[in-house]
Amino acid sequence: MAEFLQFLISGLTVGAVYALVALGFTLIYNASGVVNFAQGEFVMLGGMVTVFAAAAGVPLPLAAVIAICAAIAIGLLLHRFAIEPARGASAVTLIIITIGASILLRGLAAIVFDKQFHKLPAFTGDTPVDMLGAAVQPQSFWVLGGTAVVVLALYIFLEHTLLGKAVLATAANRLAARLVGINTTTIMALAFGGSAAIGAIAGILVTPITLTSYDVGTLLALKGFAAAMLGGMGNPVGAVVGGMLLGLLEAFGAGYISSTYKDAFAFLVILIVLFAAPQGLFGRRAVERV
Amino acid sequence: MRALVNQRFITLAVLAVVIAILPLIFPSSYYFRVASLVWVSALAAIGLNILMGQAGQVSLGHAAFFGIGAYAVAIGPTHLGIPPWVAILIGALLSAVLAYLVGRPILRLKGHYLAIATLGLGVLVALVITTESRWTGGPDGMPVERLSLFGWRVSGSYTWYWVTGGLLLIGTWIALNLDETPTGRAFRALHDSEVAAQVVGLDVARFKLQAFVIAAVYASVAGSALAFMNGFINPDQAGFLHSVELVTIVVIGGLGSVVGSIVGAAVLVTLPQALTVFQEYEHLLLGLIIIVAMIFMRNGIVPSLSALVFRRARS
Repeated sequence: MAEFLQFLISGLTVGAVYALVALGFTLIYNASGVVNFAQGEFVMLGGMVTVFAAAAGVPLPLAAVIAICAAIAIGLLLHRFAIEPARGASAVTLIIITIGASILLRGLAAIVFDKQFHKLPAFTGDTPVDMLGAAVQPQSFWVLGGTAVVVLALYIFLEHTLLGKAVLATAANRLAARLVGINTTTIMALAFGGSAAIGAIAGILVTPITLTSYDVGTLLALKGFAAAMLGGMGNPVGAVVGGMLLGLLEAFGAGYISSTYKDAFAFLVILIVLFAAPQGLFGRRAVERV
Repeated sequence: MRALVNQRFITLAVLAVVIAILPLIFPSSYYFRVASLVWVSALAAIGLNILMGQAGQVSLGHAAFFGIGAYAVAIGPTHLGIPPWVAILIGALLSAVLAYLVGRPILRLKGHYLAIATLGLGVLVALVITTESRWTGGPDGMPVERLSLFGWRVSGSYTWYWVTGGLLLIGTWIALNLDETPTGRAFRALHDSEVAAQVVGLDVARFKLQAFVIAAVYASVAGSALAFMNGFINPDQAGFLHSVELVTIVVIGGLGSVVGSIVGAAVLVTLPQALTVFQEYEHLLLGLIIIVAMIFMRNGIVPSLSALVFRRARS
């Protein structure tokens, strides 16, 4: 039981990070139709900027705010100078652009920061909490709580503010949204900024547990994309559930079956799910117009 | 029809001349090595382009087949005593069988779902290669025995330049011809509209599968060539980043353009070599060049440039 609980908590913690990355994917995908492979780089920026700001003597909360602002700035720049000029290009062209952006951001981080691994101190100490026999790092609660806050905030924003409804309208039908007077370019910029902020928050929350370096983004983008697809692309609820599922699969697979094949379980399950449900778990069946 | 044949012939002839002339201006064996890398990458990219550019299906895990080809020629002779040249065929056969078996269910998926499924396949193959270190040497990789054909030991960057150049010519020839066969036209129909292709009676699933298997075999042969050439192989060749590199070559060169894949490979293989001069700015510049190239030549280098030339010629 203690072992099971241990795997459960570690799975949920990792899953929360995947969920945030997947949420970032979904936000940008819904607003612009772009699959942003530079999403993992926002997570990296969140962690790295916080580490270096903190090392420069900035108090941790302020360093985190700086990191989030930096990520938002990069997200807006990405939209303005890489996505916006290529408007109307094919989906695969846009994907290559975001891959180029992720290589660029990684190179930039290696120059501005360095190529070492870095750690942040846990927000509230390193003493594990005993939960029914399972030793839980206090930072896990920060990750889970932070994720819950982000998800809730995003939900309230999308469902209960005018701007949020404009985002949903843009996602549903860009042309119709523009016809009722929504500035879809602003909405897209907003999605890139918001998505960058969510990624950065994930990076800040998880760095005390997993460390960070200039190249952590690739694997996270891959897992986040997988989580988003598992849940059904474009569905925020699916993204969160998909992320959590992916984290749990990895933790239980590694714990009970084989730790070297940890990453294999996640992708094996994704393949099986897609065979059975080609639109992901929560995806709507798309009707193709001929 | 005659014009088409000529155009194909001209493309092949130009490629052959380029391969033959380049050695005259190469100052050192380093250049032969880089050029051989370009030919190998171009070969894999041409195959992937048949899947992506002609049949319109994306694969984000194509390095898996590259890795299978590479490890077949590493493991076969070392562990099983299979002659190296037979190992190339076994690698290609394994890739084809895997592509056939997995392609059946995977190719039902569309767009981003197909992308994640092929990506998953790539990750799984790379993981198996990294983990089964008893056979593959694990993350450190393993040495590859030299290729010998009928007593001729193929080694040295000069020799490999000609071997890979020859392979590229054959690959280009097949791809150009394929484009003009009923199968090639079926691929194009799929690309334009799957529904329309189905309505006119094409077996959509079968043609998608064919394109996937052809692309897998191309990648596998390219992988085998690279493994022999380097005399060493590691799991990075089967990894996600290599898959992304192959897709980038195809898209930057131009989807559906055979020449484009060769140009794309030339750009993406030589660029990092040229950029090493800038040391730590290498990745920054590489990313920047990819973004700028895709914004200003969104259909790829070759189609964009030839459209420009045509417009000039007409006005």
